[in-house]
Amino acid sequence: MKTYDFNQQYISKIEQEVALSTENVQVHYGKSHAIFDASLDFPRFQITSLIGASGSGKSTYLRCLNRMNDRIAQVDGKILYRNTDINSKNINVYEVRRHIGMVFQRPNPFAKSIRENILFALRNNGINDKKELQERLETSLRDAALWDEVKDDLDKSALALSGGQQQRLCIARSIAMHPDILLLDEPASALDPISTSKIEETLKLLSKNYTIIIVTHNMQQASRISDYTAFFHMGHIIEYNQTKNIFTAPEIKATEDYISGDFG
Amino acid sequence: MNAKKSDKLATGMIYGLVGIVVAILVALLGYILYNGVPDINWHFLTSEAQSFSAGGGVRDQLFNSLYLLVLALIISFPIALGAGIYLSEYAKDNWITDIIRTSIEVLSSLPSVVVGLFGYLLLVIQLNLGFSILAGAIALTFFNLPLLTRNIEESLRSVPDLQREAGTSLGLSGWKTITKIILPMALPGILTGLILCSGRIFGEAAALIYTAGQSAPSVDYGNWNLFTETSFLNPMRPAETLAVHIWKVNTESVTPDSSVISSASSAVLIIVILIFNLGARYLGNKLFKKMTAAK
Repeated sequence: MKTYDFNQQYISKIEQEVALSTENVQVHYGKSHAIFDASLDFPRFQITSLIGASGSGKSTYLRCLNRMNDRIAQVDGKILYRNTDINSKNINVYEVRRHIGMVFQRPNPFAKSIRENILFALRNNGINDKKELQERLETSLRDAALWDEVKDDLDKSALALSGGQQQRLCIARSIAMHPDILLLDEPASALDPISTSKIEETLKLLSKNYTIIIVTHNMQQASRISDYTAFFHMGHIIEYNQTKNIFTAPEIKATEDYISGDFG
Repeated sequence: MNAKKSDKLATGMIYGLVGIVVAILVALLGYILYNGVPDINWHFLTSEAQSFSAGGGVRDQLFNSLYLLVLALIISFPIALGAGIYLSEYAKDNWITDIIRTSIEVLSSLPSVVVGLFGYLLLVIQLNLGFSILAGAIALTFFNLPLLTRNIEESLRSVPDLQREAGTSLGLSGWKTITKIILPMALPGILTGLILCSGRIFGEAAALIYTAGQSAPSVDYGNWNLFTETSFLNPMRPAETLAVHIWKVNTESVTPDSSVISSASSAVLIIVILIFNLGARYLGNKLFKKMTAAK
């Protein structure tokens, strides 16, 4: 395996409005150090993809952003959202997760009806107005490009849907909460190409109203849908730039090698 | 031997072993039912047991068994549920958890006679409950708790972590996630455990001889006030169960028809367990479908 100098970094500054940023985030699993000094700014209403080999720490980093690592790892550093450090102890993590939603690698709908999958968390967050619930149900499913396929089966079990539909349901479930930011951890890696392209279209549309951060193994996917790309290697962020620059003119040798497949 | 042959051999062996298990079960059940069912009639099910003359029934014993089962489950299920949730969802992997798990395993292999004698000393004598349904139900709780706890823990564990993450990522609290998402998915497993435990309770004799007692005083089935002496619901009265009755009829009965009574009682015991199993499964499936929208 080639060795690269972790001090060689190229992190481009974001000129537009920033939705979320991290400062010197460190992650430890017990004694092993998983993320080193991760500092990034995520632009609002844009898609940012995190790429890198398996074990490079991109998923770990993503999970820090809405405190999903709380019981698993030690996360230090600052994560700034609306001028608040959401990584501090006295933050209401439930509130954080309502603003920063997450979709996982494998579809994980609840063993409930399609309708209940969307409405369950809403009700638990105190939304009881019938009209509002109905409205959110329909818009979230429409936004996730699932409405036309399920509108007649809303009371059927979500587990009867195909994998791609389940994943879009999970996206719908997240956006029904009206989050600001949507985190996706390889949302299409378990899906076939047709479902994948549907998910990508969905994300493209959603980026008009949501800030999206997506971890992906698929470099074509990153270049197709994202505006910015960050390249992770062994827990370090090596390069962060506009996607078109990363894929056409990378600044760092490691990035270039990874993108061209001449890596490791 | 080639792969095909050895596969055939192994498959044949597995079928053979299953066949042995099924044969034993069928033989046992068949024997009990064949000997007992002809003697079951309405009179047998609805009349009191006789101490000296022939023609006694098992009305009180049957009711006592059911009542004791319900009471024992009412006491043990909430405790086991709490302990199971703790072990599966909250317990950290450390020596305290290890000690808890080991204690549960030890407790589950305790002979029921020991549980019965312990119940006798603690509940009947020390706590002055006397031979009573309540003492029996608590003794059965000791007996029941380890298995039920382990079963609930395992059922909860078998729900994928992805479901927990889904709940957490939507801003639900850990408790909400467990009670509203994880528990419904674990329901079929929990139910199976509950059914197994019920069968054990229903057939248990040794632990009850010393706690619920061996006598079935006549009670008034019209008296619903459980605080009165004669009420059938009074938990402080001694209560001989069906299984204890079978044991007693076989060991010290002087009634001329004791062998008939014992075979018929055994058949009734098995039939009731069967009905209970099927009923619980049916209700559980219905509940699961309702909770998960699976049609």
